Amino acid sequence: MFNKGSELINLCNEKQAKIFEIVIEKEQKTSGLSYDEVIKKMKETLEVMKSSATSALNKEIVSVSGLTGGNSKRVQDYKNNHKTISGEFINSAMAKALSTSEVNASMGKICASPTAGASGIVPSALLAAQEKLNVDDDMLVNALFTAAGIGEIVAKNATVAGAEGGCQAECGVAAAMAAGAITEMAGGTPSQALTAASFALINIMGLVCDPIAGLVEYPCNLRNASGVINALISADLALAEVQSLIPFDEVVEAMYKVGKSLPESLRETAQGGIADTPTGRKLSDEVIK
Amino acid sequence: MKEYSAFDILGPVMIGPSSSHTAGAARLGKIASEIAGTGFYKVVFYLHGSFAKTYKGHGTNKALVAGILGLDPSDEKLRDSFDIAKSKNIKVEFIEADLGYQHPNSVKIVFKYHDKEDFYVMGSSIGGGSIIINNINGVQVEFTGAYPTIILKYPDRKGVISVISSILANAEINIATMRVTREGNIATMICELDSQITDDVIKEISNFKDLAYIRFINTRRS
Ligand code: SF4
Repeated sequence: MFNKGSELINLCNEKQAKIFEIVIEKEQKTSGLSYDEVIKKMKETLEVMKSSATSALNKEIVSVSGLTGGNSKRVQDYKNNHKTISGEFINSAMAKALSTSEVNASMGKICASPTAGASGIVPSALLAAQEKLNVDDDMLVNALFTAAGIGEIVAKNATVAGAEGGCQAECGVAAAMAAGAITEMAGGTPSQALTAASFALINIMGLVCDPIAGLVEYPCNLRNASGVINALISADLALAEVQSLIPFDEVVEAMYKVGKSLPESLRETAQGGIADTPTGRKLSDEVIK
Repeated sequence: MKEYSAFDILGPVMIGPSSSHTAGAARLGKIASEIAGTGFYKVVFYLHGSFAKTYKGHGTNKALVAGILGLDPSDEKLRDSFDIAKSKNIKVEFIEADLGYQHPNSVKIVFKYHDKEDFYVMGSSIGGGSIIINNINGVQVEFTGAYPTIILKYPDRKGVISVISSILANAEINIATMRVTREGNIATMICELDSQITDDVIKEISNFKDLAYIRFINTRRS
């Protein structure tokens, strides 16, 4: 068992194991399921993620409220037909993140990772990395356990709810989970994985939760698109052996404190930030009526 | 510290867009209908707080209807629930209401029957798809539906608690929580269990004298 990042790293060192191995072992112990059953369950999760990350790429999907839709396909088409600024890889990852966001907003099936609002980041980051690293689905399943282990530490010591900690707790934590998972999948050590997770959290520390009309759509979908990029670059930074001056556990604690000090208007109440702009309010009146 | 499963963090697998306003709403509907029992021809939903404000955009209405039809929060038929209700001749109505000092994501669900009195269940979606049922037909209760649950209503008398406990103990079912409340001389017992309620236990408890109401809810949070 582990509650802190430091405890997780100690366990990895003691057992000469990767993070995902520790997390799988713990899952078996607490659930009473066999190794095969636990893996099978995560494979099903991966299938849901793959489907949500790809189904809006070529088909315009509009949200229940009508506020957003079609952006995944826009980015996908743009990437296919234009010389992009940030390159094919980045655009492809963003299109996948937007896809899950749009599937979610249209009452499609997604896996909360760690929440529904942030559900685009982990799938798109892992699928993007899979392409680059040329690894099979079994490696992705393992990476999902790494991601879950990192998310668990944040859930235990801070929060993964926008209403409590702002968007840093949703899209920030999702990016941290993905960054750590990719880092480990790419051959990084457990402590490099936590370093990547720290970077992802540091990069967006303070990010507020301000969805228009209180709906999980906008700016949520933009933050899924930027969140996957945050995850990818944080992994690269850690793999390049850039050191985190602040240990992961302290970063998590800082994130929690920042979240607590955000005014309520910036914690999912739709009373501040983008939601509280004149146009945000107008759009809200239109979709809520 | 609460222990998490990897599937609490990467999960639930659900129909979007919101774990509290969609997945939680579907669970509320589902458990409410299990408490009320089948055969209703109409269901009226009184939406409170944030549920009232954002229910259309979050599909809370569709999720609630899916729930009372017995669909799970991860069922892709959820978004077509209105059509399914229509095909089953079940009418639904949504009313924005102030339910008093309730959690902002609360709903009162009133089931209407041709052959008996209305039955209502009130509950809240408390985040991450988790819920709490807090009122059944005017009786304050508190349970989450995360465990198999037995609900009993009976004219209060000595010994009921110990008899129920021993039936469960004999069946090797561990009691997670047991709460008994009394109004007038009618007692309501809510008993949450660590494992599924077996048919034998259901039979044995159903044999009790003078039970005004009895329900076994075996759904477990997936
Ligand atoms: S803005 Fe708020 S609702 Fe949207 S993803 Fe971020 S935390 Fe979730």
